[in-house]
Amino acid sequence: MEKWHLMTIVVLIGLTVRWTVSLNSYSGAGKPPMFGDYEAQRHWQEITFNLPVKQWYFNSSDNNLQYWGLDYPPLTAYHSLLCAYVAKFINPDWIELHSSRGYESQAHKLFMRTTVFIADLLIYIPAVVLYCCCLKEISTKKKIANALCILLYPGLILIDYGHFQYNSVSLGFALWGVLGLSCDWDLLGSLAFCLAINYKQMELYHSLPFFCFLLGKCFKKGLKGKGFVLLIKLACTVVASFILCWLPFFTEREQTLQVLRRLFPVDRGLFEDKVANIWCSFSVFLKIKDILPHHIQIIISFCFTFLSLLPACIKLTLQPSPKGFRFTLVSCALSFFLFSFQVHEKSILLVSLPVCLVLSEIPFMSTWFLLVSTFSMLPLLLKDELLMPSVVTTMAFFIACAISFSIFEKTSEEELHLKSFSISLRKYLPCFTFLPRIIQYLFLISVITMVLLTLITVTLEPPQKLPDLFSVLICFVSCLNFLFFLVYFNIIIMWDFKNGRNQKKIN
Amino acid sequence: MRIRLVRSARRCGNGCPRSGGVWWKLVLGSGARGDSPQMPSHPHLATSEWTLDYPPFFAWFEYALSHVAKYFDQEMLNIHNLNYSSSRTLLFQRFSVIFTDALFVYAVHECCKCIDGKKAGKELTEKPKFILSVLLLWNFGLLIVDHIHFQYNGFLFGLMLLSIARLFQKRHMEGALLFAVLLHFKHIYLYVAPAYGIYLLRSYCFTANKPDGSIRWNSFSFIRLISLGLIVFLVSALSLGPFLALNQLPQVLSRLFPFKRGLCHAYWAPNFWALYNALDKVLSVIGLELKLLDPNKIPKASMTSGLVQQFQHTVLPSVTPLATLICTLMAILPSVFCLWFKPQGPRGFLRCLILCALSSFLFGWHVHEKAILLAVLPMSLLSVGKAGDASIFLILTTTGHYSLFPLLFTAPELPIKILLMLLFTIYSISSLKTLFRKEKTLFNWMETFYLLGLAPLEIFCEFVFPFTSWKLKYPFIPLLLTSVYCAVGITYAWFRLYVSVLTDPPVGKTKKQ
Repeated sequence: MEKWHLMTIVVLIGLTVRWTVSLNSYSGAGKPPMFGDYEAQRHWQEITFNLPVKQWYFNSSDNNLQYWGLDYPPLTAYHSLLCAYVAKFINPDWIELHSSRGYESQAHKLFMRTTVFIADLLIYIPAVVLYCCCLKEISTKKKIANALCILLYPGLILIDYGHFQYNSVSLGFALWGVLGLSCDWDLLGSLAFCLAINYKQMELYHSLPFFCFLLGKCFKKGLKGKGFVLLIKLACTVVASFILCWLPFFTEREQTLQVLRRLFPVDRGLFEDKVANIWCSFSVFLKIKDILPHHIQIIISFCFTFLSLLPACIKLTLQPSPKGFRFTLVSCALSFFLFSFQVHEKSILLVSLPVCLVLSEIPFMSTWFLLVSTFSMLPLLLKDELLMPSVVTTMAFFIACAISFSIFEKTSEEELHLKSFSISLRKYLPCFTFLPRIIQYLFLISVITMVLLTLITVTLEPPQKLPDLFSVLICFVSCLNFLFFLVYFNIIIMWDFKNGRNQKKIN
Repeated sequence: MRIRLVRSARRCGNGCPRSGGVWWKLVLGSGARGDSPQMPSHPHLATSEWTLDYPPFFAWFEYALSHVAKYFDQEMLNIHNLNYSSSRTLLFQRFSVIFTDALFVYAVHECCKCIDGKKAGKELTEKPKFILSVLLLWNFGLLIVDHIHFQYNGFLFGLMLLSIARLFQKRHMEGALLFAVLLHFKHIYLYVAPAYGIYLLRSYCFTANKPDGSIRWNSFSFIRLISLGLIVFLVSALSLGPFLALNQLPQVLSRLFPFKRGLCHAYWAPNFWALYNALDKVLSVIGLELKLLDPNKIPKASMTSGLVQQFQHTVLPSVTPLATLICTLMAILPSVFCLWFKPQGPRGFLRCLILCALSSFLFGWHVHEKAILLAVLPMSLLSVGKAGDASIFLILTTTGHYSLFPLLFTAPELPIKILLMLLFTIYSISSLKTLFRKEKTLFNWMETFYLLGLAPLEIFCEFVFPFTSWKLKYPFIPLLLTSVYCAVGITYAWFRLYVSVLTDPPVGKTKKQ
């Protein structure tokens, strides 16, 4: 069958799954007074439409920042404004100042879901399709299977179309950035990535690899000649795009500072709610939040984050390559997720996107990671009554990956990209040949634990004294998995790319 | 295969006649709690619009389900709870459909064994077996009707496809038994009963043919005829026996064959009578404009308002049930004669079956548009065999599926039905085109134009029309346009299939059975 027919079918399947999930409940449905993220997005449409730009980020009688104040960069605000204009055309009651708080209706739900659908269709999906078509050295069928698996990734679908957010916009822009950089369109790529950062500040998790990759490219081209020109051009592009996005807020110093205060709430502490990162898991044993003073917490998290991502970034700067770039994206984002402050469980999507990009290279580990990432958001999904869609989409995703990539056959050392590492290890421990076997067992244990925990959380009630027991267990288990992946990805980056060009590409 | 089940599990939340299925469980659920199941003469039957109108086996099936249902939600079995719905009810209903679909999956598996893979390419996705299984399992019509609109057709079509597969595999007794059981589940399959009857008589009871293919009278086997008759008799006795004993048979029959309902269903199925009705309406409008007709004599009832009604024609002669029966019989006769005089084994039987189903669809009384699936699903088996059949299949299936669109009319379902329709249509056209790429193109320019015309029609009916001023004055126009446009396509496919059946040369060699 022709390639474009197959790709169209894959995209249609992705769209169908997305819309079907969107028929379910959203975050905060029918739960006054605060409702949830859905109400937050509606409220931002109300604020941006009815108030002047100067008041968007400030506390005022019309704009109560305690009730879902804007805490994303200006591009989100502009997007909300655009949606508000459409809403005004259809039904002005949806964005009436003050009186539309907590507005819920079938028509409104349809409208909001449509905005997510259109944003996805315009930004994220074309990026995925183009990315898969530009993959090198694999057959057409594998490219299309790759596109199918990426489009079926349950985490993004459930959060965007279930819980309700616009992650596909920022992740889509980031993906365009990756695409641009991989195809040597550096300026367009950095422009796209700046747009991504200006949509959601969490994209800063990806900023270091972008920076190091571009810097490495400049060094390679020679800092005295072309490289320097490239550096200047990139700097200009970045600055120009930031100025363009923040123009209304650069007029006064106070505006800029207030926006920054909303974007980076350093007062809120190391973590909030249950999230699968180190600090939350560690606080099971030792309550760091209560023991250490605030600024020490920030310094510690800063140090840990940067220590864990430094080796990969330095390597990327010295040896820039698209493949290294993708893997460094994974490890950097994962380091930030595990060690940074004020991390939300949804931020795992920032790690999942780069992992989707390396799906064709290490299908087994990537599929495993993506399953764990969806599992780590289970408490949130259960709160939104999305159990059925999450189970079904996860199973569909797993089956699609298992069939497309035959993941259970690709677990040899070479296919896991651990060959160089094992060879080095065997210099000290000559009998260490069973690394793939260990990894397979770990996979089995991990999956069984995830299934068991899901069943327990759904069927049983937690004990009275420990009402958060199940969420904490889920976070703890996910955190252990993520630590394992952090080690694994760093090993790949440090060891495998030494002989990267000499190795036979396996696909 | 599993992906289909997994996908249909996600279809939650739809307010269509699922209450119908629930209602039957109420009646029969009263049996689950120990009361005796009193059937059609129960006073509550007159009160609800969703009444038991399928044969007894289906009633027993719902009875069995009601016994499981009481573990999900006891309330839905209360006979006074009409239009009751809760999330657990919905869950139970949807899971019951998925569970019974297992039979459909098995039947598809058996059908795939019956077709030969001589034209196979090296890829899995280009093999006829794979294409057939996708066309059957992911059939848009079946997905919509069963999993969204809500019925148990997957299970019933599984029975039909299984009986066809058994006939292909020369296991005639099993095929006959399965069909007899199927008839007592849903009597709509009477449409295709002539094909079964004639084929079994001709190719099973007469055990051999003369060398030129015509009948050899002395090879008649009484034993086979008796055994077939016994099967049908036993099944009917099992199903209708209890009601015969209770003296309720006339009531059962009147519920099964409700001729009090109008010529057309609430939404006109795209058959010949839709064209007839449309012509009548056009003529009456012209007549009114030209002052040839008296406005007082014309009934004001609009024909497609959504509920089942009686209807009289204004200009053209009114159509009685007898007239439709005669038309249907006349339409079926040529194909049945072909099956008798030019038997071509199971393939000929399948063509005759499809023609019977299509003819009954085109000329039947009170045909529901879902009945098109009776022709579409068996046609899938033929479509992977010859290029000509593939072309007819694609026209029939695309227009047939499009005619199911009005079944889903709420706004959240609009993207789903469009996306699924696009998925199925693109897949079927491109996979069949690839399979038959060495032969001539599947469509001529006229057919391509017709099929592409479905897109503007959909845009007009769903996106443009609701915002025009005509919506209040003539609310039935989208439905009328849809059914008339599709009727043209379905009639054309029927005609082409007939031509190919009548002009096919008879098979030369004899088949000893």
